Amino acid sequence: MPEIARRPRAGAEPRQLSLVAVREEDLESPSREKAGAVPGPARAAKAAGGVEPPPARPDSEPAARAHESGRRETAESMAARQREISVSEFFTKNRHLLGFDNPQKALLTAIKEAVDNSLDACEEAGILPVLKVDIQQLAEDRFRIAVEDNGPGIVKAQVPKIFGKLLYGSKFHTLKQARGQQGIGISAAGMYGLLTTGKSVVVLSRTGQGKPAHYYEIQIDTRKNAPQIIVDEVRDWEPPHGTRVEIELVGTYKKGRHSVDDYVRQTAIANPHCEIFYSFPGGEAPQQFPRATGTLPPEPREIKPHPYGVELGALIKMLKETRARNLAGAMQHDFSRVSSRVAGEICQAAQLRPSANPHSIAVNEAERLYKAINSVKIMSPPTSCLSPIGEEQILSGMKKEIPAAFFTAITRSPAVYRGNPFQIEVGMGYGGELPSDDLVDVLRFANRVPLQYQQSACAITKAVLSIDWRSYGLSMAKGALPAGPMVLFVHIASVWVPFTSESKEAIAAYPEIMKELRLALQDCGRKLGAHIRAHRREAEEEKKKSYIERYIPHIGIALREILDLPEKVEAELVTTLREVLERSRMPH
Amino acid sequence: MPKKKTPVPVMAGTVNKDVLKAIKSSALDIEKKILARKKPTMKFPVRSLSNVKYHPDRGYFEIAGQKKERTLTVNTVKTFAQTLRMIALSKDLVENDDIATKREAYYVSKNWEDARFLEQPESDTVMDDVEAYFSVNREQLGFIPEEKGGDVAGRLVVLDRDRDTGRVLRIDCTRFGTGAYSIPITVEHLQFETKADFILVIETAGMFQRLVKHNYWKKANCILISMGGVPTRACRRFIRRLADFQKIPVYVFVDGDPYGITNIYRTLKVGSGNAAHLNEFFCVPQATFLGITPQDIVDYKLPTHPLKDVDIKRARDAIKNDPFIRYHKSWVSAMEQLLKMGVRAEQQALAKHGLNYVIDHYLPEKLSHTERFLP
Repeated sequence: MPEIARRPRAGAEPRQLSLVAVREEDLESPSREKAGAVPGPARAAKAAGGVEPPPARPDSEPAARAHESGRRETAESMAARQREISVSEFFTKNRHLLGFDNPQKALLTAIKEAVDNSLDACEEAGILPVLKVDIQQLAEDRFRIAVEDNGPGIVKAQVPKIFGKLLYGSKFHTLKQARGQQGIGISAAGMYGLLTTGKSVVVLSRTGQGKPAHYYEIQIDTRKNAPQIIVDEVRDWEPPHGTRVEIELVGTYKKGRHSVDDYVRQTAIANPHCEIFYSFPGGEAPQQFPRATGTLPPEPREIKPHPYGVELGALIKMLKETRARNLAGAMQHDFSRVSSRVAGEICQAAQLRPSANPHSIAVNEAERLYKAINSVKIMSPPTSCLSPIGEEQILSGMKKEIPAAFFTAITRSPAVYRGNPFQIEVGMGYGGELPSDDLVDVLRFANRVPLQYQQSACAITKAVLSIDWRSYGLSMAKGALPAGPMVLFVHIASVWVPFTSESKEAIAAYPEIMKELRLALQDCGRKLGAHIRAHRREAEEEKKKSYIERYIPHIGIALREILDLPEKVEAELVTTLREVLERSRMPH
Repeated sequence: MPKKKTPVPVMAGTVNKDVLKAIKSSALDIEKKILARKKPTMKFPVRSLSNVKYHPDRGYFEIAGQKKERTLTVNTVKTFAQTLRMIALSKDLVENDDIATKREAYYVSKNWEDARFLEQPESDTVMDDVEAYFSVNREQLGFIPEEKGGDVAGRLVVLDRDRDTGRVLRIDCTRFGTGAYSIPITVEHLQFETKADFILVIETAGMFQRLVKHNYWKKANCILISMGGVPTRACRRFIRRLADFQKIPVYVFVDGDPYGITNIYRTLKVGSGNAAHLNEFFCVPQATFLGITPQDIVDYKLPTHPLKDVDIKRARDAIKNDPFIRYHKSWVSAMEQLLKMGVRAEQQALAKHGLNYVIDHYLPEKLSHTERFLP
């Protein structure tokens, strides 16, 4: 379109948006669609009876108008409106990135974030988790959710920051397997609640017997990304330690796929060491998900980043901040699996002196270093940082929640993608009371957290689809999931799970991850195939036996009728024939 | 199993000692085998087009001798039991001079508990097996079909008998007005009187109606017979007996499409693959093909429809697998011509040139050159 071609300066594009600077109209505009924002003059022209732009190209309209009227922005006029925005402001407008795009999902995400935090806290403190999850319906679309744990509690000073400040957390900076990663989740949930209902987040926490229980009502100041404490007092609370979070929000409670019910059930499957009491709207008594094992998963260790996983920007930052005095030392100390020999090789390949001062490495030198890293063979990162669920635990988790007859599970050895260790686990339940005509139910988990949205975009689904399940005895239509009475449980554990978006719904399909997924699925598939074949043989035998019972008497009747035989002969014929046939099917 | 070289189709309801004997001896065979602790077997001729031979001098599809053996095993026990019960039913019918239609036999099986048939096609298949097993006509076993034989009008007197009085009934087929005489299910007992020049066998009831209404048989001195699709055994047998009786030529007038040629005409002339053991009696080898030929479509500028996928498949299949079509080069080239044109034309397409064009032009023109008819 000519309008687009005539746009003179890319920098003046009204849609230009960065995290730091953003146009004021955009901030005030109630719409999340930047494309629809109309600059002042154009808006005036429109109000004065300007022609409506064709809907197919709304984004070309503002620039075209500005051009025609000759009233282009100047750098100065724009500068007057450019100012910093806070991350919380940014996320207020982009809440869909965090999983709050619709009311049903918002309810699920809020609960999910609170549960993730509770489970992480309990495990870090070495406590077997007991969780209470309550959803109370206040009005048609209004809910009060509460998640309570028996965790270590939160130190008084930290409470407001954890719940009232985005990007505040302990997990972002560490390479260690955990449910939460960025420190956005629970504060974003609180912010969503505040935005939709105006109500504060309520937090009740106690760090131990003899210590007071602190009660807070907190709101987030979205401009400053800082907590505002509304109420702060000490209250009576029975549990010796733990945390309770309550958020009031606008949402939708539904059953079925994507439901909170499903999420809680899947969480119970993937965390058999955890006990959950779940109350939901319309439910009479809280639903109990009992604990299937008394052993906590082994505590994951923190590791240093592996050179293969680091990006250029991060590398430059690490070199600037290192405490090592020379380049080789920095490589050795700040990364895992870099010996002095490997550090030497990297420096040589990058044509840099090992003794160079890491703080004065120029950008082009860092770039050489970055390329050199990938040309040197470096040992895979340590995998002690991973905490897989384990075959036995997967089986115990599945057996208590899935009414199947046959179960199998496999935990693969750890592998590495882009320098990040990961581990794939697959569990399978087949037969029993599972519906036999439906498509296979694929339960996806990342670091023990159920993934319920964006199924088709996820590496797990792609891996399941890439396997020909027909060779294992299931039916499978082209391009569809296999059909049969089966539930697949697929778990990826990693220090950094590569999600396709911040709402953590789908896993990116790195070749290494796909390969491991396929191998694990095929392993379970082979066991399933053997099971189905054995089962079919058995059924066949049964059928044959009943065939003999059912039809041989009719041969007797027919022969008696044709030959006018006495009944004694008929009975003899039937008995003999049965013996002859029974004998013939023995050789199995 | 009994070897019966020359089975003679007879009127249903007549006790047939030979059939009874054959039934009993086969049952005795089975009984002996069982008591000897051996698995009993039954041998059936394979009933399909792949198991027939075409002898032009004999003029019909003959069974080629392939047999399938059904041994009583765990997997065959159900069919085996059903086959034996069907034979027992047949024995009962023959002994008591009774008959059962295919559908009635199916309903009788509902007393057989687990061995009953769920759908009639299942019982029909078993009945066909039994028929082939004894190499007899199913009417001899007491089973009669439901289907209607066909309609007749024209220069023919059929001699039938009154069941009560035994008196001969003279049925004059010129005296049905705009209606017609209906061919009965069994035709062996019928006799004929006729001075017709030929028999014109027609596929569709619509064309038959036109020719009857305009007394075409009077004009052409012929007998008109409507088959209404693929001719039934009774219809084939009726035409055969009538044609044999006074050596009257038989001309067949069907739609110009693969179904009309390979299914209707071919079955009438040489029989079917399914009943190959009986084709000898249920075929009309003297029949020739009047139309509509692929060439007629060109010569008479007939309106056409494109060949459907099933038509194309049927035509290709006939060229490749049908022993009758393959034997006659003229038929192969006619089928190829049809495939090349990619169209089909119905009998009634002649109406394009005027409703009675068929009577005034098409039939007289064709009949003046019967030597050009396709075999």
